[in-house]
Amino acid sequence: MSVSNATREPRWVQITLTLLALLVLALFLVLPLATVIIQALSKGVDRSIATLENQDTLSAIRLTLTVALISVPLNLIFGLSASWAITKFTFPGKSLLVSLIEIPFSVSPVISGLIFVLLFGLRGLFGPWLIDHDMKIIFALPGLVLATVFVTFPFVARELIPLMEEQGRDEEEAALVLGAGGFRAFWSITLPNVRWGLLYGVLLCNARAMGEFGAVSVVSGHVRGLTNTLPLHVEILYNDYDFVGAFTAASILALLALVTLILKTALEWWHRDELASSRH
Amino acid sequence: MITAKTISKRFGTFQALDGVTINVEKGRLVALLGPSGSGKTTLLRIFAGLDEADSGDLILDGLNANGLKAKDRQVGFVFQHYALFRHMTVADNIAFGLKVRKGKNRLAKEQIEAKVADLLNLVQLNGLAKRYPSQLSGGQRQRVALARALAVEPRLLLLDEPFGALDAQVRKDLRRWLRRLHDEMGLTSIFVTHDQEEALELADTVVVMNSGKIEQIGSPAEIYDHPATPFVFQFLGNANRLNGEIKSGEAHTHGWTWPAPGLPDGPAVVFLRPHEIDMTSSRADAQLAKIRHPLILGPIVRAELELPDGTFLEVELSREEHLSVNPEEGSVVKIAPKRLTVFAGSVMSTPHLDSSFGVDNYEI
Repeated sequence: MSVSNATREPRWVQITLTLLALLVLALFLVLPLATVIIQALSKGVDRSIATLENQDTLSAIRLTLTVALISVPLNLIFGLSASWAITKFTFPGKSLLVSLIEIPFSVSPVISGLIFVLLFGLRGLFGPWLIDHDMKIIFALPGLVLATVFVTFPFVARELIPLMEEQGRDEEEAALVLGAGGFRAFWSITLPNVRWGLLYGVLLCNARAMGEFGAVSVVSGHVRGLTNTLPLHVEILYNDYDFVGAFTAASILALLALVTLILKTALEWWHRDELASSRH
Repeated sequence: MITAKTISKRFGTFQALDGVTINVEKGRLVALLGPSGSGKTTLLRIFAGLDEADSGDLILDGLNANGLKAKDRQVGFVFQHYALFRHMTVADNIAFGLKVRKGKNRLAKEQIEAKVADLLNLVQLNGLAKRYPSQLSGGQRQRVALARALAVEPRLLLLDEPFGALDAQVRKDLRRWLRRLHDEMGLTSIFVTHDQEEALELADTVVVMNSGKIEQIGSPAEIYDHPATPFVFQFLGNANRLNGEIKSGEAHTHGWTWPAPGLPDGPAVVFLRPHEIDMTSSRADAQLAKIRHPLILGPIVRAELELPDGTFLEVELSREEHLSVNPEEGSVVKIAPKRLTVFAGSVMSTPHLDSSFGVDNYEI
């Protein structure tokens, strides 16, 4: 395809801009990532593997995956219902709901964690009731999940709302007139139309759920082998001057992120025809 | 057959429909004609069950449809922008209405496939079954939308601005094709349009709407030849609007006299179509006028006429008339109306018309 001269920059501008972008990418993304892995392997592979075989590390990995496995599906459902309600219906308080969804992004994660301590902690609002009924939320898995769900809540909704807004209600209405029920219209029209946006939202949500530090740190209590997630475990190892351990744990986190990224790219590649055709 | 009785609908403070009553016989092709905001699309959506009327009754085939949901009405709806399911192929789009059926109404897979093939044939899109909507032209999308609506064998076909998004040539072809299809299939159809030419060419019955009310219902000829209100007259084509006066059954405006039988004495609004001006009049009350800005536009010539009192009239001539008159900037001609349409009342009391509707007024 030929490009018109009017929109083509001089050759040196093209090269400079490309180099600049590559330099920034190398400096701020590739270099840190490489450092993490090099540091992890600096004392030999055996030392790194020893960290991985450590019970505390294994339990941190397990806990992180468990928290993500619970909070991501929850936020998928919350995010999907919220964006559906906001974009396909008009109701009083709609704009309020839109701003409420943004709150977790505008509040510091530490505050988000504190909210739950103030609600469910020993001296919290529901603390006495929880003790009476022998339930533990703070310094336990439920607290970690709550904090993670809160912090990662906006990801799916923010991805879907603009998309659904742009698509409008016409196709759903067409489905209704053709005899489909509300659920059928949602399942065969709305959902397929937003599935790529939904996938991005879920991936972002997952990345943050596994990497969240601040909010989780407040509600965790840092009990090794029990309430330490992977990011918290990295900090503990680092503070113990176990640099190889810290960077090995960090490599695992980075690896998890890379795997999701590769998965996303692969999915896009497999469905490239359909992706191209769904863009009007 | 569909009957709507005193349908009203309000969106917030905006009265979209105000007591609309209309009766559509089986087999008719009806146009809802009006400017944007006149309530025509709202009425169509209420017929389909996509919007609910605040008050009034809707009867579909003798059945009270007031509380009936869209999915149970068995009407076909062609959306203005087609609303094709973007992630489905053409064939899947057309089959959707058949696939969502439940229980004993459900067709076997082979039956659905056969029906889709028939419909593709009907809308002349054989060979495009596997395409996605984004790979089709506007006219093709429109026909897919139509096939999808027809698949459920609707008792009523509703079309919202069906030709609005198409270019002029495709629009004309599709119009004729739709008319034939309607007649062959024995459908009852209602379509919404703001294009008077489209309404007059395509429909058996034209319903002119304005500000949520019906101005006039009639055949295209009735509507065009005997407009019931100044609004209808102006909406059906360019018109020069003049002030006049009625005295004992005759209207007087700018020196011309025209019969106005049965109209009360007093102020009058007089309309004169640009192509109904005699440029070589020998009538006693012919007026002198200067030609301004003549413009040759293919088969017609458009110009303005300046009357001695400073009033401007828009005039349209055929090329033949043009040759016999040979209008040049500033030349003087003797003009008289071939036809005037007179309404009692003053200009102030006529319905408000936006200039964006293509109506140019030359007020005194």
